[in-house]
Amino acid sequence: MAPSSDRAVVVGAGLAALRGAEAMREAGFSGPLTIVGAEPYRPYDRPPLSKHVLAGEIPAGATTLPSNLGADVEWQLGSPIARLDRTSRTLHRADGSTLPYDRLLIATGTRARPWPNPHEGRLSGVFTLRGRDDAAALRAALAAGPRRVLVIGAGFIGCEVASLCRQLGLPATLVEPGPTPLGRVLGSAVGAFIGAMLTGRGVDLRSGSEVEWLEGEGGRFVRAHLTDGTRIDADVAVIALGAVRNTEWLDGSGLSADPGGVDCDATGFVLDTEGQPDPCIAAAGDVARFPHPLYGGRRVALEHWSHAAMQGIHAGQLLAGAKPESPYAALPTFWSTQGDVVVKSAGLTEGADAVAFTQGEPGSGRFIAVYGRAGRCIAAVSVDSARWLPAHAEMVAAGAPFPPQGTAADRPSKGIMVLAPGFP
Amino acid sequence: MSVPADASSGSPPGLRVSVDLNLCQAYAQCCYAAPRHFRIEGHEALIYDPAPAAQDRAEIERARVACPVQAIRVEDPGRGT
Ligand SMILES: Cc1cc2nc3c(=O)[nH]c(=O)nc-3n(C[C@H](O)[C@H](O)[C@H](O)COP(=O)(O)OP(=O)(O)OC[C@H]3O[C@@H](n4cnc5c(N)ncnc54)[C@H](O)[C@@H]3O)c2cc1C
Ligand code: SF4
Repeated sequence: MAPSSDRAVVVGAGLAALRGAEAMREAGFSGPLTIVGAEPYRPYDRPPLSKHVLAGEIPAGATTLPSNLGADVEWQLGSPIARLDRTSRTLHRADGSTLPYDRLLIATGTRARPWPNPHEGRLSGVFTLRGRDDAAALRAALAAGPRRVLVIGAGFIGCEVASLCRQLGLPATLVEPGPTPLGRVLGSAVGAFIGAMLTGRGVDLRSGSEVEWLEGEGGRFVRAHLTDGTRIDADVAVIALGAVRNTEWLDGSGLSADPGGVDCDATGFVLDTEGQPDPCIAAAGDVARFPHPLYGGRRVALEHWSHAAMQGIHAGQLLAGAKPESPYAALPTFWSTQGDVVVKSAGLTEGADAVAFTQGEPGSGRFIAVYGRAGRCIAAVSVDSARWLPAHAEMVAAGAPFPPQGTAADRPSKGIMVLAPGFP
Repeated sequence: MSVPADASSGSPPGLRVSVDLNLCQAYAQCCYAAPRHFRIEGHEALIYDPAPAAQDRAEIERARVACPVQAIRVEDPGRGT
């Protein structure tokens, strides 16, 4: 192991940062360790923000993540890093203060993509949802009993917010340009079932629609105008247009980074613009883009909780000096709670050419969909059928033949329904 | 759920709990062990209290140990982790 006088710095103070710092200590790194975060909070859990925090069941401040880090870690919170100078191995803040490092973990995650018109985006009643403060503000707005909540964008967070509004008894409209909710991730074949579920819960779903502009009165959002001329009166608009990676501070560092992430090699070290790894710097979590061995080395940047935790651990071990036997290759997994319905997935659906329903009936609201590409299983999605997912995840990890045979334990005599997945 | 609306009162430092909901299979053992802090909604949506009070540590520890897939993580500042 390298001398323990080495200084380690973790930039970002989210889940990947926390698990990375813990892993460094667990792997025996005993030098000074500093965690720098832009937000004034210790690492907290984001998934509850769009669920129980919005429901008012838990306060936004109760989501601090459990950790086993001790007093031998220095926290510098509420102080974003503005620039990285790799030649002098120094981090710079906007106020001119600096922080030297010998080993660096980049874990700055993502932020919510803002509404494209900044003036409209600043109207009171218009929200995005990424952090604790966002969730607390949106919760207060929902608790005030708005006439209607407009959710723009039917990705996971948009669908969660719309379902939750219905649980709270609030009228909710969900506007999505694609043909179904979650179409980009799940395809329209499975997305249609999610859409039917949302509609069944009273969400006013406007697929194939786009918001053109947000109208304000006296600085307050009052209605949205769709491109087809429809108006939707509402007091709250939630912008759920996905995320942008926090990589601006890497501009000029010579690292290969853009709004899609910072590039890593298969081991987890970051790459410079020449494609050479920097052995002092690793990246993990939402901000990291890396070649995934399970998907032919395709570069992916994942925005999933388990990935942030696992890649954080991997990067921490790497920076502590551990030599990994093999590249980071964890099967991507996520979950989403839509009201009281749980959607989970294993693998990446991108590039799927078919989808098979192997378990349960899609119409019943509980099923497993397996995605195939060129005759191999590449992903599986469960809706309220989590117990069947691990077996399917193994098939995905093994690249088992598609359509899968003999998995439909609940209906051995019936054939498996195979459809076009319906990706845009 | 028994979370105080404002956790900044002078009470002893509470626990911190997180559940890896990818691992969780809704077996509900945690709900039997600590019903005030874990519950299942619908078929398999686990809802948990991320900040239980320090005096509930025995219950929370029972839940953590009961989980068949070890999805529950607890930090107890009053006792180390
Ligand atoms: C509302 C919501 C619900 C979600 N629900 C789910 C779910 O149900 N299932 C699931 O699998 N995933 C979910 N996710 C995704 C999951 O939370 C993320 O994948 C995870 O938080 C990523 O962790 P991270 O540490 O990589 O990044 P982040 O959590 O984004 O942490 C990065 C930190 O770095 C800080 N930072 C940024 N720039 C700088 C800088 N220049 N200097 C210092 N610090 C900086 C940021 O302020 C932030 O605190 C959800 C996300 C959100 C927002
Ligand atoms: S015991 Fe574990 S698997 Fe079961 S519901 Fe609780 S957390 Fe989930």
